[in-house]
Amino acid sequence: MTRTRTLLLAASLLAGTPALAESTLTIATVNNGDMVVMQKLSSAFEKAHPDIKLRWVVLEENVLRQRVTTDIATKAGQFDVLTIGNYEVPIWAKQNWLEPMDGLPADYDADDLLKTVREGVSRDGKLYALPFYGESAMTYYRKDLFDKAGLTMPEAPTYDEIKGFAAKLTDKASQTYGLCLRGKPGWGENMAYVTSLVNTFGGQWFGEGWKTTIDTPEWKNALTYYTDVLKNYGPPGATSNGFNENLALFASGRCAMWIDSTVAAGLLYDPKQSQVADKVAFAPMPTGSFKGGPTWLWSWNLGIPASSKQKDAAKTFVAWATSKAYVESVAKENGWVAVPPGTRESTYKSPDYQKAAPFAGFVLKAIDSANPNGQTRNPRPYTGAQFVAIPEFQGIGTQVGQTVAATLTGQQTIDAALKAAQSATERTMRQAGYPK
Amino acid sequence: MATLTTPAPSPAKGRRFNGLPFIGPSVTVLLIWMIVPLVMTVWFSLQRYNLLDPTVTGFAGIDNYEFLVTDPDFWASLTNTLLLVGSVLVITVVGGTLLAVLFDQPFPGRNLARLFAIAPFFVMPTVAALIWKNLMMHPIYGVFGAVARALGLPAVDWFADYPLLSVILIVSWEWLPFALLILLTAVQSLDREQLEAARMDGAGALAQFVYIVLPHLSRAISVVVMIETIFLLTVFAEIYVTTAGGPGNATTNLAFLIYARALLQYDVGGASAGGVVAIILANIVAFFLVRTIARRLEV
Repeated sequence: MTRTRTLLLAASLLAGTPALAESTLTIATVNNGDMVVMQKLSSAFEKAHPDIKLRWVVLEENVLRQRVTTDIATKAGQFDVLTIGNYEVPIWAKQNWLEPMDGLPADYDADDLLKTVREGVSRDGKLYALPFYGESAMTYYRKDLFDKAGLTMPEAPTYDEIKGFAAKLTDKASQTYGLCLRGKPGWGENMAYVTSLVNTFGGQWFGEGWKTTIDTPEWKNALTYYTDVLKNYGPPGATSNGFNENLALFASGRCAMWIDSTVAAGLLYDPKQSQVADKVAFAPMPTGSFKGGPTWLWSWNLGIPASSKQKDAAKTFVAWATSKAYVESVAKENGWVAVPPGTRESTYKSPDYQKAAPFAGFVLKAIDSANPNGQTRNPRPYTGAQFVAIPEFQGIGTQVGQTVAATLTGQQTIDAALKAAQSATERTMRQAGYPK
Repeated sequence: MATLTTPAPSPAKGRRFNGLPFIGPSVTVLLIWMIVPLVMTVWFSLQRYNLLDPTVTGFAGIDNYEFLVTDPDFWASLTNTLLLVGSVLVITVVGGTLLAVLFDQPFPGRNLARLFAIAPFFVMPTVAALIWKNLMMHPIYGVFGAVARALGLPAVDWFADYPLLSVILIVSWEWLPFALLILLTAVQSLDREQLEAARMDGAGALAQFVYIVLPHLSRAISVVVMIETIFLLTVFAEIYVTTAGGPGNATTNLAFLIYARALLQYDVGGASAGGVVAIILANIVAFFLVRTIARRLEV
């Protein structure tokens, strides 16, 4: 009798287990505004999927990269969902580190994803991660300060014009700085900006046959410009200012101009997050001597490592967080201006979004014309707009980023820095066995 | 009065106590504990092994070492390591000796003052670095900046303008209490009658200090130097939190260089080569230190 009951109990427990099985997803993400919103809204997801629990690991960009890269490269399987850029996705997909995104829900509508962004996270026509938000770069400026100084921002500014404006608008006594730019070392921080600056000054990282071309006049011009404007017209402590720090500076009215990712537009136009929401205006990214080259294309994507043990649950979450329905729920909670931009056609077609976000069409155009597979003035063996799409670039960019930061503080002259960067990069490339 | 005598080892063969079966297991465990990581580091240092590119593999010979010693960052990091260890040693030993003599004098509230002076040693390195970075040395919110502005001077951006000096200051702040603690106990063990006699003979305060206190402290100073050197060779948290080795390579020491190679560039082979070099260096330093100190302790 007792035995039968025990058996029955055990059997019912066993039968019950699959239905009750809870999977806990560990999600690594970056502490940018849109991801913080996702974290808040995810309680709705947990309610809709009671069998999936979410555990968040929210990190600063450089730290996130380090954790995620070591995790996936050593197949440690610590995370089930990774927030990664369009730099990592194709490289990792090639190494079979990422789970392909097939079998998505029927209403996902992958064709709705912007073409440039979708191509950035695909390999051989297959998606390997789903874009959460996408960005190009643009120039933000303060209309009120421009009006007060009697200046007008041209429709397509050049870097020379920007420098002139910066000089006129800098007022250190009232802690208003002419131009804010990224100075924090890191391949995804200062080097993202510096790479696009170098491109438009006619330079590139590598020439034909993977010859390193950092020690060139184009790089020198670009870096001279960069250190010059930041030292004279930039905020103090520029070497510790990355995207988030500059966003805070601009939103609190400390910067007259800021050249950075288009994703900041939604945050700057949002009166809840920005003190200058009614004063901010925008223009395209400035151009230098070479026009029409690659500018800037980045997307933050959610991917699933092949080492994850809960791929199905992870896929459910990733599809939810990048779906049209998610965009609408952000719109409902935080207003249309706060929705994650740059991934879906439908977002840009929405009349509500166009009304709330005057920059919408502009951002779409910037993303479409980012030209990551285009050519620099001299032919180049690599692709990527504000980065070089090879695995070694993380290491190279980080090291060169440190050297560039050293020129900002005057620890190194530009010539010495370029020479050091050139030799360090050449060494790494030789060690990695390029040309391949 | 009871006297302790150690029994002379019994000369009888075969009856000698054989301890091997008893200490064998623990010695084996300890050896494995030490040797496995060491051998793995040496092995990795001879491999082409980059986490980012699994297609690059195979035996690299001494390539990793060659890349390391031809890297300008490597020599900069060695110089920085020596500067850091040397300066902190000088600051803590000199400052610690003076403070020890000072805190040995009777004055009201002495115990409380001693407690405060020793407290920084118990602050964790990361916390200490954060405190100094944000509360003391930050040009806008920092105490130093506020003082400078109050005096009508421009605030100094410490970590940008004097990066290595800033790190040296932070590390010295952490280790000065340690030196003080050891040296204070040594000063307290000094025979008061000697000092009394010297004073009767007409020796001034300086002469007393130089001829009596300092020689008495020499052993304690060598202990401080040895222990601090061991820990200062591996300073990492302070650099990671404040300057991340920069700007450029201004504050990259050997420990940080290895970290940068391993976790910023994911070059496991190169980082292991750096690790092996660090082990060799530490052993050279330890060899000399232990020899000098052992000689002093015998006196």
